[in-house]
Amino acid sequence: MFGKKVKSRMGFLVLILISISVGLFIILKTLEDNVVYFFSPTEINNEENISKNKTIRIGGLVKENSIIKKNNFIQFVITDLKNEMIVTYNGLVPNLFSEGKGVVAEGKLKDKNFFIADKILAKHDENYMPPEVIKALEKNKN
Amino acid sequence: MLKLLFPNKILSLSNKLINILILLMVFIIILGLINALYISPADYIQGDSVRIMYIHVPASLISLGCFALIGISSFFSLIFKIKIFPIMAKSLAPVGFVFTLISIVTGSLWGKPTWGIWWVWDARLTSMLILLFFYITYLFVWKIINDYEKAKKISSIIAIIGSLNLPIIKYSVDWWATLHQPSSITLTSAPTIHYSMLVPLIIMLIGMILFTLVIFFNEI
Repeated sequence: MFGKKVKSRMGFLVLILISISVGLFIILKTLEDNVVYFFSPTEINNEENISKNKTIRIGGLVKENSIIKKNNFIQFVITDLKNEMIVTYNGLVPNLFSEGKGVVAEGKLKDKNFFIADKILAKHDENYMPPEVIKALEKNKN
Repeated sequence: MLKLLFPNKILSLSNKLINILILLMVFIIILGLINALYISPADYIQGDSVRIMYIHVPASLISLGCFALIGISSFFSLIFKIKIFPIMAKSLAPVGFVFTLISIVTGSLWGKPTWGIWWVWDARLTSMLILLFFYITYLFVWKIINDYEKAKKISSIIAIIGSLNLPIIKYSVDWWATLHQPSSITLTSAPTIHYSMLVPLIIMLIGMILFTLVIFFNEI
């Protein structure tokens, strides 16, 4: 169907594309720890040797009824529904930060279950709804 | 349809078409904006800042779509050496670049009130920035290399390599932990976005695709 030249050009290009893809895959796989933006409490829990001097990020959900606030000081629990971690932070939190919602904390580990954050980011999910709909949904639940 | 394969014929076809396209585009974008800014409800968590989505999501989709078409055209251009393919690729680049820029800027404006930060180096945002650099390099090659054949070849290679970044952008939110939320609209399951917000989003997407076509035919 195609001429000889067309065929050889196509083969050459496809070969280059495949080799670059494989290279890219290996690079991204090796650098996975740097590509992920945050770790879950479970990943920290499974880690053998944790470094306490490195700045890392922990992400998960803010556990219901876990927020304790005193002036600018805030303490809460990040959970991935398997493992939990206590986080303390001094400063203002984003508007979207609330119980049951996603959060990413940047800071340092004190130990496997205690994290001192110096930055708090709110992570929101892919659900978009008008307020009336969520009210109706909650009414049906009760 | 065969006419489309000859670049000089596409020009004669486009003059009449552009005027119709512009009229249609203005009508649909006005309709979309009315829907997005007044009729559609605020979000239950995000409030009114969700309205940035009606620009951000279509811009992002089009910037990825344009680069995918540039990549495919470049691939065919290198293999079959048919004249229309490099012209198509070259004409899609400016509008794709602008939409990438719009996507990043609106995303940043959206990030501040929701996440609490303008920019983070997570996989989605970083790969999108890399796409912007690919667009810049691609356009730059056409600008600075005067020899058409040489510019065509180099820009095509850049576009093909840059295309490998597209699946990384698309799936970054599924493969790695990112601050950016996953897609609300997928092929496999029902959209997690309420229809009252989905309708203006789709109208805006159609309007912005028409805008892309207008610029594309203007460039060609």
